[in-house]
Amino acid sequence: MWTKPSFADEISNEMYTTGTRGLNCCIQCATCSAACPAVDFMDHTPRRLIGMINAGMRDEVLASNTFWTCASCYACSERCPKGIQPSELMYVLKRYSIWKNAYRNDLVGPEFSRRFVRTIMRTGKSYEPGYAPAFIFEGGLQGMLREMQMGMKLLAKGRIPLMPSRVKRVENFRRMLSRIVPLEGIE
Amino acid sequence: MKRYAYFPGCSAETVSASYHLSAVETGAKLGVEFQEIEDWNCCGATPYSNIDELLAHSLCARNLAIAERDGLDVVAPCNACFKNLYHANEDLKHDADLAEHMNFALEADDLHFAGKVNVHHLIHVFVRDVGLEAIKKKVTHPLKGLKVAAYYGCQLVRPDRHDGFDPAGPRYFEDLLRTIGAEAVEFPYRLRCCGASLMIGQRRAALAMVRDLLRGAAQAKADVIATACPLCQLNLECYQKDVNREFGTAYEIPVLYFTQLMGLAMGIARKKLGIGTELVSAKPVLDCVARKPAAAGAAPQAKVGQP
Repeated sequence: MWTKPSFADEISNEMYTTGTRGLNCCIQCATCSAACPAVDFMDHTPRRLIGMINAGMRDEVLASNTFWTCASCYACSERCPKGIQPSELMYVLKRYSIWKNAYRNDLVGPEFSRRFVRTIMRTGKSYEPGYAPAFIFEGGLQGMLREMQMGMKLLAKGRIPLMPSRVKRVENFRRMLSRIVPLEGIE
Repeated sequence: MKRYAYFPGCSAETVSASYHLSAVETGAKLGVEFQEIEDWNCCGATPYSNIDELLAHSLCARNLAIAERDGLDVVAPCNACFKNLYHANEDLKHDADLAEHMNFALEADDLHFAGKVNVHHLIHVFVRDVGLEAIKKKVTHPLKGLKVAAYYGCQLVRPDRHDGFDPAGPRYFEDLLRTIGAEAVEFPYRLRCCGASLMIGQRRAALAMVRDLLRGAAQAKADVIATACPLCQLNLECYQKDVNREFGTAYEIPVLYFTQLMGLAMGIARKKLGIGTELVSAKPVLDCVARKPAAAGAAPQAKVGQP
C-alpha cells in the first residue's frame, strides 16, 4: 500500500539525487557539529538538525536558521564517519525551503541567493555593486555608511569597476540556461 | 612552455585584480602561460546551489566545454571557482545522463562537453606541475625573515577529491613559502573557513570567523597572511576594520596572495604584482624585508601580536 513519503524520506531522497548518503544512517555522534566553524550562530547544531529531520519535525526544521548559516566549507562532510555529507544536506534544505516557500522571512540568505542568480542569468557574470546594495540596509544606517566607506576605498584603489562585465554571447548563454530551467520562473 | 586554460573568475575583474596580475607575471617567469578561457561565465559561486543544482552544473559545463575546444586543462585561482569547476567536471564525466542533459543545453552556444580535460587550482599548478625545484631556481630576492601564515582556506582542500593532495594535513603551501625564503609560521586555523559566503546573509557569524583567523595569525606572530583565494583575501583584509569595531580588537595584518609573494622573491616589481592596492598596507613589512636582503636576524615587526 502506498503511503505519502515522510519529511525524512523527502530530504534523504534529495540527498541521494546529489550522490550522497541519506540521513537514516546517522549515528548522532556530533562530529559534524564539532567540525563546524559557524555552529555558534546556528539555532540547532547540524547533529540536532539531522535528529529533528529523522524525527519528522518538519516545521521546526524549516523554521531554523541552521542551513542558512552554513558557510559551505565542507568540514563536516570531510569528517563524517558514516559518509553523510551534511554540507549537501544544507543545500538540500535551502532548495527545499525555497521550493516550498517555507523559509524564514527575517533571513537575508534566500533573497540574496535569488538576486545573485538573477544577476548571473542576465549577464553571465557576478557584479557585486549590482545586487549587494539591496542588502546594505540590513546593518542599519551605521552599517550602511561603513559599507559605503569601504566601497569608496576599494573604488579609489581601482578594485571596483564602474561598469559590470558581461559575457559576449549573452543571447546564447541565456538560451542555454532556458534549456535547463524556464527563465521566467527565476527572473 | 606549459599552457593552461585560465578561468579568472568574476572577482579577478574587480576586487582581486592583483591576484590575476601576479599570477600571470609569476607564471611567465616560470614558463607557464595562462590562456584566458574565451567568453567565460560565472562559476555560480554558492548561491546557485541554493537555488538549483542543474543550473549550477550548466554554468560550469559551459566553461569546461570552451576549454575543451582548445584541449587545455583548466586552472582556477579562486577556491570557490576551483571547487565548482572540479566537481562539475567529475560529476559530468561520471554521469552520462547528466552530461547528455548538459550537452542539450550547451548546443545553444555551439558547445559540447566530452570530459577530456582536468581542473586544477592555481597553487597546485605551481607546486606540482612547475615544482618547488624550478621555483627555487628563479628566486633572486628570498623573503628572509618574513613570517607568513599560510592560509589554505576551506574549499581548496575539501571536499572529497582524488588529485593526490592530502585534505587533512597538506604541507605544500608552507613548503612553497619556505622555497621563496619566507618563514612559514604554525597557523592552526590554516584550513578553517573564513565565512565569505556568510558576509551578506549572516554578518555577525562571518565577522566572528574572520576574527578567529586574525587572532590565530596574530598569535602565530605572522607579519602577513598568504592566501590562495580572492574571497578569503577580501574577507580577511577588507573586513578587518569591521572585526575590530565589532569585537574591540586592533588587528592590522596585511593579507597578500601567494603569487604576490612568489613574484617579490623572483624580483618582479611591486607594481606589476598589484601590491599597493591593499586596504591594510603591506608596505611596512615588505620594506623591512627588502632592506635586509639575505641578512639573517630580526624579523620585520607587524603591528599586532608582537611585543
